[in-house]
Amino acid sequence: MPTKTLPRAARAAFAVERGRLDNGLRVVVLPDSSSPVVAVAVYYDVGMRSEPEGRTGFAHLFEHLMFQGSANLGKTEHFTYVQGSGGILNGSTHVDYTNYYEVLPSNATELALFLEADRMRRVALTQDNLDNQVAVVQNEIRVNVQNRPYGGFPWISMPPVLFDSFANSHDGYGSFVDLEAATLTDAQSFFDRYYAPGNAVLAVAGDVDPGQVMTWVEEQFGDIPAGKVPKRPSFAEPPLAEERWAVVDDRLAPAPAVALAWRTPDPADLASYLPYYVLVEVLTDGDAARLQDRLLLKDRTATSVGGYLGVMGDPLDARDPTPFMVEVHHSPEVGVRTIVDSVDEEIDRLATDGCDAEEVRRTVARMTSRYLRDVDPVLGRATHAAVFEQQRGRAELVNDLPALLAEVTPDQVVAAAATLRRDNRAVLELRPGGAQ
Amino acid sequence: MTGPTRTVPSLAKPKALKLPAVSDTTLDNGLRVLAVRRAGVPLVEVRLRVPFGAPTGKGGPAHVAKASLLADTLLMGTDRRDAGQLARDLQAVGGMLSVGADADRLGFGGSVLVSGFPAFLELVAEVLTSASYPKHEVVGERDRLLQELAIHRSSAGVMAREALLARMYGSHPYARDLPLAEDVEAVTPAALRGLHAKRVVPSGSVLTVVGDVTPAKATAMVEKALRGWLPGSPAVVVPPAPAQQGRTALLVDRPGSVQTTIRFGGAAPSRTSPDYAATALANLVFGGYFSSRWVANIREDKGYTYSPHSGLDHPSAGSRFVAGADVATHVTAPSLLETLYELGRIATVPVGQEELDQARRYALGTLALSTASQAGLAGQVSQLAGAGLPLSWLREHSKALQEVTVEDVLEAAGRWLAPTALTPVLVGDTATVEDSLRALVDLELAG
Repeated sequence: MPTKTLPRAARAAFAVERGRLDNGLRVVVLPDSSSPVVAVAVYYDVGMRSEPEGRTGFAHLFEHLMFQGSANLGKTEHFTYVQGSGGILNGSTHVDYTNYYEVLPSNATELALFLEADRMRRVALTQDNLDNQVAVVQNEIRVNVQNRPYGGFPWISMPPVLFDSFANSHDGYGSFVDLEAATLTDAQSFFDRYYAPGNAVLAVAGDVDPGQVMTWVEEQFGDIPAGKVPKRPSFAEPPLAEERWAVVDDRLAPAPAVALAWRTPDPADLASYLPYYVLVEVLTDGDAARLQDRLLLKDRTATSVGGYLGVMGDPLDARDPTPFMVEVHHSPEVGVRTIVDSVDEEIDRLATDGCDAEEVRRTVARMTSRYLRDVDPVLGRATHAAVFEQQRGRAELVNDLPALLAEVTPDQVVAAAATLRRDNRAVLELRPGGAQ
Repeated sequence: MTGPTRTVPSLAKPKALKLPAVSDTTLDNGLRVLAVRRAGVPLVEVRLRVPFGAPTGKGGPAHVAKASLLADTLLMGTDRRDAGQLARDLQAVGGMLSVGADADRLGFGGSVLVSGFPAFLELVAEVLTSASYPKHEVVGERDRLLQELAIHRSSAGVMAREALLARMYGSHPYARDLPLAEDVEAVTPAALRGLHAKRVVPSGSVLTVVGDVTPAKATAMVEKALRGWLPGSPAVVVPPAPAQQGRTALLVDRPGSVQTTIRFGGAAPSRTSPDYAATALANLVFGGYFSSRWVANIREDKGYTYSPHSGLDHPSAGSRFVAGADVATHVTAPSLLETLYELGRIATVPVGQEELDQARRYALGTLALSTASQAGLAGQVSQLAGAGLPLSWLREHSKALQEVTVEDVLEAAGRWLAPTALTPVLVGDTATVEDSLRALVDLELAG
C-alpha cells in the first residue's frame, strides 16, 4: 500500500510538447507565458566518464571551447549575443552529460536557437583559444580545489575509493599535465564523436509558442548533418567485496571531515532507485532527519551533516553506477571512528526497527516542495525536462516526479537502508593540516 | 569545411517589463506585509526582514556575535516545541525555513506547499513570540559556530572580505560581518533572550509573501497568525557609512597560496541617486558581466583567472562597489596592472556607444529575468522594501537605464570606479608576490 498521498495540488502541471528532427535532434517545449522570458538548454550525452585516458578533464575543457567560436561566430560572440539581448548563459560538465543553456527575454528565442545550432554545426578553434582556455580551466581548478579548504571533497576524492575503472574513478576536473597535453585534433575528434544532433536534447521553456519554436528549430538545426551517434557504453562495476577506507590530507582545512559512500541500484529503474532518494533525505534532510538529530542535536559530535545521491550531488541526473553519499564535518576532538559508528548505528536502527509512514510522508512533503521550487524558474524546468528526456525519454517527469515520490513506502525505505552495510561501502577520511 | 554563412536572427520587439501588483498593508502591531500572487507552482515564498544592525561603538562586535548565534538558535525550541519537533512539523507541511543575520537585518527565508501555508505561519509566529533559546542547544550551537568560523576563515575569499571591510569601514559597524571567536564564547542564552525581546519586533519589519495565494487571503492569514507578535521599541538605525577614500593596498599573507585573491572596494551611489543607473552601466562595462572589459582582458585574453567579477551592493548605510578576481600566484602583479589599467580607462576615457548599448540591454533584460519566478520575485520585493522602495521602482530604474549617455558613464566612473577612489586588498603568498607588487603600488603588509 502506498503511504497517504500528498495533496493533489502538490504537483506541477506544465504543458510538455516534443518533436524530433530528421537528423535525430530531440526537442521538448514547455510553453508558459506567465513572464516574458525563455530558457533554452542543450544537453549532450557525454560527460566526464567518457573522456579518454591521458585526457582527464577533457570533457570540461571542451565545454569551455564550445564558447570560443563556432560556424558563424568568433570568440566571445556567443556571450555578446546572449548578454546583449538581456540574457544570462552558462554551461556545465557532469559525469554523464554536458549542458549549455541561456535564459533570455522571450523576444530573443530565435536568436538563442541560432546560437545553439551554430555550435552544434561546427566548433571553430584556434591554438591561441585552446591555450587560453587551458589556463582559464587551471585557474578554475585552483580557485575551486587547490586553493580552497575541502576543495573537491568528496566529489573528486571519493570516486577513486568507491570505483575501480578509469571512467568512474578519475578526476573529471583533470590533471594539469593532461590539460596541457590537449590538442586541437583531440577537440575536433571529441566534437565529431559526441556532439552529433542525435546525441543531444534541446529543451525550451517559457514564453513561446510551441509551433513557432518547432519551425525555428527546423530552420536553425534542420540541416546539421546527422553524423554518427555513439552508443553509450556500460560503466557498471561489480559491488564492493569489502569495506574500503582511504585518507586524504587537506593542508588548508582546519577541521576533519569524513564521507561514506555506497552504490545505489541503477537509477534507470526509478522504482528501485527512488526509495534510496527518499532514504538519503530521511537520514540527512535538515534537523528533522535522523543523522542531524543524532549527530548535531543529540550527540553534538558533528558540525555539519549532508547526504545526497550522485557524484555531483544531483540525484535526478545520475546514471549507473551512482554513489549514495553521506558527508560529515566534525570537531578534531571527536574521532572519525565515533562519527562512522554513529552513522552505522542510525542506519542499522532504521533497517532493524523500521520507520513509520509519517516519517516518510513528511520527508516526501519537503522533497516535493523543494522539487517544485526547482522547476518554478524556466531554467530549472528546461534543465530537468532535458535530462529526463535524454536519460528516460520522459520529459513529463517534470510534472510527475512528486507522484512517484509519494508512492515510495516505508518498507522500501527500510529495505534500502538494509543494503547500506559496512562491508560494501567506501569511507574517505579528510585529515586537516590547516591552522586551528 | 565551412558551411554557408547564416544570418544572425534579429531580436523581436521586446515586451514591456511586466510587474505584478503588490498589496501593501501595515498591521496594528507595526508589521508591514507585502503580498503578490504568482501562481506557477503550488508554493508560497516568504521573506521576513527585521532591522538588526549593530550599535556603533563598543557594543558593536558583541552584537555581531549575538546576532549570529541568535540566527543559529532561533529555531532550536519554543515554549511548546523542542528543536526536533519544530523541524519535523515544518517538514511535514513541505516547509523550508532558514534564518540569517547580516550587518543590517535578521532575515528569514522560507517556502512551503500552499496547503501548508497556515501551519507554516503558525510556526513562524511561535518562534517569533516564544523562541526559548534552551541552554543545551545554545551551548552546542556556540561550539559549532566557533568551528564553522574557523572553517570560514581558512578560505582566502573570507580572509580578503574581512580585511577589505575592516579597511573600508574603520570604526563603523560594517567593518565586521563575521563575529570574533572571543565574542561568540561570551554569548549566553540569557543574552539571546534579551536581544530577541528587544530587537525581534514587528516595528520596522517587513514580511513578503509571493506565491499561489491571493494577496487578500495571504495578508489575512498573516494577520491572524502574527497578531500576537507584540510591538517593541524602534529599531537601531545604522549610522551612515563613512565617506570612502581609496587607501593604500593591503597585502595579507597566506603562505603557499597558489592564487592571489584580489579585491577592490569603494563607495557607490544608492539606488535613488541620480547617477545610479550610469554607475550600474559603468560597472557592467568594466567587470559586471561576462562581456565586460575586465573579463575580456584578464580571462579571455590572458588566462590569468577564472572568475573576475565586479558589482554594486546596497547595505542600508551606504552602497558599495566591490571587484574581485582570484589569479594565479605567478601572474599577481600583471593581473593588478591590467586591473588598474581597466579601472583607469573606464574612469578617464569615454566608453563606446555600442559597448554602452550592449550593457544597457543586458541590464534591462536581466530585470525581467529577476522577477520571473516565485523566489526571484519574493527576493526582489523584499530587498527593495528593505531599501524603502516599491517593486515599481524597477520601472523607474528601467527608464533611467534607457536614458544614460556615454558622458554620464564617464562622469560616474570617474567618480566611483577610479583607482584612487578604491581600496585594494590582496591575499596571497607574500614571499612570492610582494616585490613585484611594489613595482606597481604602495603596499602595506597586514600585521
